[in-house]
Amino acid sequence: MVEFTLPKNSRIKKGKTYEAPASAKRVKNFHVYRWQPEKEENPRLDTYEVDLDNCGPMVLDALIKIKNEIDSSLTFRRSCREGICGSCSMNIDGVNTLACLCPIEDIKGDAKVYPLPHMEVVKDLVPDLTHIFAQYASVEPWLQADTTSPPNEERLQSREDRAKLDGLWECVLCFCCSTSCPSYWWNEDRYLGPAVLLSAYRWIVDSRDEATGKRLDNLEDPFRLYRCHTIMNCTKTCPKGLNPAKSIAEIKKLLVARR
Amino acid sequence: MSTGKRPLSPHLQVYRPQITSVLSILHRFTGIVLAVGTLHLVYWIVAAAQGPESFAAAQAFTASWLGRFLLFGWTVALFYHLANGIRHLLWDAGLGFELRQVTLGGIGVLVATGVLTLLAWMAGYGFIGSGS
Repeated sequence: MVEFTLPKNSRIKKGKTYEAPASAKRVKNFHVYRWQPEKEENPRLDTYEVDLDNCGPMVLDALIKIKNEIDSSLTFRRSCREGICGSCSMNIDGVNTLACLCPIEDIKGDAKVYPLPHMEVVKDLVPDLTHIFAQYASVEPWLQADTTSPPNEERLQSREDRAKLDGLWECVLCFCCSTSCPSYWWNEDRYLGPAVLLSAYRWIVDSRDEATGKRLDNLEDPFRLYRCHTIMNCTKTCPKGLNPAKSIAEIKKLLVARR
Repeated sequence: MSTGKRPLSPHLQVYRPQITSVLSILHRFTGIVLAVGTLHLVYWIVAAAQGPESFAAAQAFTASWLGRFLLFGWTVALFYHLANGIRHLLWDAGLGFELRQVTLGGIGVLVATGVLTLLAWMAGYGFIGSGS
């Protein structure tokens, strides 16, 4: 359902400020969303003054510096720090992206850091991804074939068929796109969202997969697929430069073509 | 897996307006404006059918300062919805999904709205003069 305001327990209060040492010359303010489950309090926005002369170039570097040197209670997901694992997805400066791929110097003025939008918060910058991963599982993202594979050989693909998977297999499931989509915000219970639909399309176009019809049947639904209204926030925000909106359009075209 | 007390992360409150999302919500908004404007069109036609007195009253309202302002808004909505509707038809055909095309197309729609509205009003005043 469309809800423009946040529930009472989710409204953000003013938080604490952690000042930089007096010797710091190049200071940038990071306003970071905080919420701890053990405290019976609303979320708050804490401000950390970070000395950029003693910090790496990316927003993730600043968050790690804050956690290591200023406030060890700050919680966020991170792993590879190079845009491959998809863990550090969050809303930075009003747009979803991976903190490890977001240069601090690209942010004008103070940096604001929130969790992925319209998600249940587990703690601080960590959203609950249980539901969205269940949606991912619902499109059965693995190769399905009735025929047996050739003996002592892999299932081969022509170069052209393999090229169809480019721009699809690179998805790291960071869910920046799904959580940037207003339609997903309002219908996340039933709409699958751009990330999951891109993954579905990755198997639909795979020449080795033999479950195409079943996959399309599963998607032919007013909510699962057709809550996409081509808003295109997904493609605009993808930190990997992929195009979920185009994948969804291709699925819609396939559904029309098979009538 | 709702625990009940977990907060919902901010969404509309923090997401920076994008050319993609702003033009999308404008499409919906102009659609509503067009629907409301159609009510006025119906009123105008019904007034014409009722006779000269009713029609004169409808004309007087339409030609008034407020009437013209509303009519202007209706034409803006019409041309925006038309231009962006064509963009949606292209998308439905699987065309124009590259980010550059999306941005340029969006700006094109805004320019087309301005130009078409201007032309329509120039033609309107050219044909019928200032009315009243």
